[in-house]
Amino acid sequence: MSKILIIAEHLGGKLNSATARAVSAAIAVKPETIDVLVLSDAPDAIAAEAARIEGVSKVLTVGRAENAHPLAAVLAPQIAKAAAGYSHVFAPSTTFGKDLAPRVAALLGVAQVSDVMNVEASHTFKRPIYAGNAIITVEANPAHTVVATIRTASWPAAATGAGSAPIEPLSIEATLPNHTRFVELQQGSSDRPDLQSASKVVSGGRGVGSKENFDIIYTFADKIGAAVGASRAAVDAGYCPNEMQVGQTGKIIAPELYMAIGISGAIQHLTGIKDAGTIVAINKDGEAPIFEVADFGLVGDLFKLIPELEQAL
Amino acid sequence: MHMGNWQEHRRYTNFKELQMKIMVGYKRVVDYNVRIQVKPDGSGVVTDGVKLSANPFDDIALEEALRLREKGVADEVIVVAIGPADLTAHLRNGLAMGANRAIHVVTTDAVQPLTAARVFLKLVEKEQPGLVILGKQAIDDDANQTGQMLAALWDRPQATFAGKVEIADGKATVTREVDAGLEVIEAELPAVITTDLRLNEPRFIKLPDIMKAKAKPIDTIEFASLGVEAHDHLKTTHYAPPAKRSKGVMVKDAAELVAALKQKGLL
Repeated sequence: MSKILIIAEHLGGKLNSATARAVSAAIAVKPETIDVLVLSDAPDAIAAEAARIEGVSKVLTVGRAENAHPLAAVLAPQIAKAAAGYSHVFAPSTTFGKDLAPRVAALLGVAQVSDVMNVEASHTFKRPIYAGNAIITVEANPAHTVVATIRTASWPAAATGAGSAPIEPLSIEATLPNHTRFVELQQGSSDRPDLQSASKVVSGGRGVGSKENFDIIYTFADKIGAAVGASRAAVDAGYCPNEMQVGQTGKIIAPELYMAIGISGAIQHLTGIKDAGTIVAINKDGEAPIFEVADFGLVGDLFKLIPELEQAL
Repeated sequence: MHMGNWQEHRRYTNFKELQMKIMVGYKRVVDYNVRIQVKPDGSGVVTDGVKLSANPFDDIALEEALRLREKGVADEVIVVAIGPADLTAHLRNGLAMGANRAIHVVTTDAVQPLTAARVFLKLVEKEQPGLVILGKQAIDDDANQTGQMLAALWDRPQATFAGKVEIADGKATVTREVDAGLEVIEAELPAVITTDLRLNEPRFIKLPDIMKAKAKPIDTIEFASLGVEAHDHLKTTHYAPPAKRSKGVMVKDAAELVAALKQKGLL
């Protein structure tokens, strides 16, 4: 039987919802146990959140001052030790998990499966390659620990609330390196929903035309309670910061509603949104490829249509 | 052990100038403009006759290494590729872009990230670079693993998804593009850096540089001679095209769109 260890992602003392998505993938393996590992300088509140996720058997905490920031070089040796006795180690396929999981796998001397989008069997998974233009089925060696990152857009967050898993501190003997040091995290200050986990996202593209014009996107998003994203073209043109980028080279998201405004729909952008529930495209070019994937398309000038949308709300 | 070598290396150069090598991973992949087709029998994707180019993230890695050399931080840039005999032309492009020399690890087998990391470790032990710069991912397998794995096996720092790199006083200060924003970390050298898209804009290769590159050395190393296990760690059993989204409906105006979204409970 499989035993799965999930690495919790957290920031500012709060559990990231990507963790609950990794739990969904773990449930699909039909394992005997699903344990969540919280590495932090102050793990208690994060562990309490993780314990409420349905399907979690146990939450393990490692509270060390060195774990204050998610440095892969510091966390990986602890996870490699904690992995003993587990058949699988899962992390979300966020920048946190992508940075960390391969380092864990290499310490264990095993391969890593990136971006698991479907679980076929305990050691057989589907994952995208070529920017999602092909989906491969891969088999991991059953004699090895499976280290995998879970493509968050492919999995719903496991329900939170009813669970009440026990929380246990874990003591790990590991010498931690000090060759890598955290300096700072520069976060865009925003009261808007988080792009990665929002149920509604409004994105603007090159068609928006300028950084100043992007205000129309922010205002509309705020009116419907949506997070704001952008195409790579808009980011490259300097209209907004890179952390807003949606697509192959940015964030892969799966909101219930995605509104692409002034975005033509390059393949690299479509890769980031194809798991969205409903896609709306607004573009002045009726031939734009975005309309090929949109559930609802509206051709016209965004500067005329957005005020009309706001009025119709 | 590696740290010791590094310190020895620095002492040897008498701290006057950091005589540093930078090793760059330079993978050849299907060009990013090629429309990928899955073979009807699910045995792979069509690669016969398609245009091949340097992995875009590796071009960025090479560009960053060249800029560091131009700043006087490093004195030698080595491009490395692992693959079949016909990679020579690809490596010549890296030399034409400005690398001093190339290492070609020759194998006809596809190389998975853990194997690639083990190969790089062998080369790192031999060459003792102060910095290894790799693309954050290759746009064919999209694995995003090799740099992290090399850093683990080498027991050195990793700074992945770099958007800005500064080298001073034996350490790299790297701004990383993470989901939450920009994270700045310090990594003592030697270290592994993986590049994100916005780190720099790679230079174009000029014709005279192509001529000059012909005189630059390419070391050829047989994969088998490195003593790295070659077996596949993951077995790919099937390739399929992605599920397609079906085309929806066009609405005539804003009011109709809002009504449709309200009906679906989305607004």
